[in-house]
Amino acid sequence: MESAFPVLLVVIKTLIVLGAILTFVAYLTLIERKVLGWIQVRIGPNRVGPWGLLQPLADGAKLLLKEEITVSSANRVVYIAAPLIVVVCALIPFAVIPFAKGLGLESVLGPIASKFNLNTGVVADINLGVLYIFGISSLGVYGVILGGWASNSKYSLLGSIRAAAQMISYELGLSLSVVGVLMLAGSLSLVQIVEAQDSVYKWFVFRQPLGFLLFLIAGSAEIARTPFDLMECENELVAGYQTEYSSMKFGLFYLGEYAHLLFLSSMMTTLFFGGWQGPILPPIVWFLGKTFFFVFVFVWIRGTYPRLRYDRVMQFGWKTLLPVGLFNVMATAFVYTLWLKYVS
Amino acid sequence: MLIPLLQGLKLTFSYFLKKKITLQYPDEKWDVAARWRGRHMLTRHASGKIKCVACMLCATVCPAECIYIESATEPDGRRYPERYEIDLTRCIFCGYCVEACPKEAIEMTTAYEISEYSRADLQYDKERLLEPPTPRYELKKKAG
Repeated sequence: MESAFPVLLVVIKTLIVLGAILTFVAYLTLIERKVLGWIQVRIGPNRVGPWGLLQPLADGAKLLLKEEITVSSANRVVYIAAPLIVVVCALIPFAVIPFAKGLGLESVLGPIASKFNLNTGVVADINLGVLYIFGISSLGVYGVILGGWASNSKYSLLGSIRAAAQMISYELGLSLSVVGVLMLAGSLSLVQIVEAQDSVYKWFVFRQPLGFLLFLIAGSAEIARTPFDLMECENELVAGYQTEYSSMKFGLFYLGEYAHLLFLSSMMTTLFFGGWQGPILPPIVWFLGKTFFFVFVFVWIRGTYPRLRYDRVMQFGWKTLLPVGLFNVMATAFVYTLWLKYVS
Repeated sequence: MLIPLLQGLKLTFSYFLKKKITLQYPDEKWDVAARWRGRHMLTRHASGKIKCVACMLCATVCPAECIYIESATEPDGRRYPERYEIDLTRCIFCGYCVEACPKEAIEMTTAYEISEYSRADLQYDKERLLEPPTPRYELKKKAG
């Protein structure tokens, strides 16, 4: 009993975080539709519930009630596994994102709290957090590529080939853009990266402005948001790798997509904008506020820019983003070494 | 290279803050122009007699051939339409019938909510055409 109790608590904590994430992800769809509507001088959804607040529930119910179609020529096992891979790979990186400093459970639970990491505002404080995130997000490509291949449709296959090529090329830029932050923080653990930014002028966005810009661009390519959403190019590929999917399997792909958006926003908050750090308000409010600000920025970008041409995207990734990322790493290393040697 | 991108963001943000132009249709209505070509209406003289003299000009000019008239003669020799039917499923609301009419016997009203659940309800006969259209919803807000 004594050993089972803390495990149960850890499971409960994980479930609470997961539930919160899934709720936010559902409401991201509403935020996206509302903000896009406002940008287009429309009102956006406002019929289901006050201000359209029940729209995500209605959408979810609709998706569940839709007919489940498995294409007859599809590879069934892979076809069903693909959306699951996408969703799992989109949700588990949240485990290492610190969303608050402490939960104040020490007084309630006593020594168990600190022994089993229950008090920290993060599900798992892995000391290789950033590496873990990049590893998992690379795995997410498998879901996309398998989904496109298993559907046995030319549009799906083309979409997934594009998706895979794009994700792999932009992963490099994304990783390089973070290296500067890792050097300055001296750690791969996201908890320590946040703790290194304990005042506004220490936020890494001011020390790594180029890194931030690269992260923003490579990140939105990585999660395939609008200037880079070639994999679901409606006008030439129908909807890319998810063309042949229906009902909740389609919903899972979308869940994965929006979870990626939320995840990228929280990563930007954590890496460049001090995570939960902030005055007066409780840390969780700061974290969510910053995260949703970036969600807004991504939707804003979607409402502004048209889609890039496929070859331009690849060209930009390899010929611009990668060299600039490398330059940023070199320059950071150079300046930081000099700083350590002569200034501090 | 970056400045045009930022200008684009600025423009969309200004639209984001603007007053929205959406008209919440069943709740709010467009206030159509006075010369709007809506549902037809047959007019009467002050005495209450129908103005139409069944000259068939409207039926002849109608490009959709949706007007059907059967004429009859009163004891004093004045002709009038025994039957006057407009098939609104075929009507293209061009207004030629109104232009062709020498007696101003047919007019077009501003009624535009004339959809029905059955096609048969869209075959307007003389009695229905003589009645002025009633609005289906109350006008709450004028937009436009």
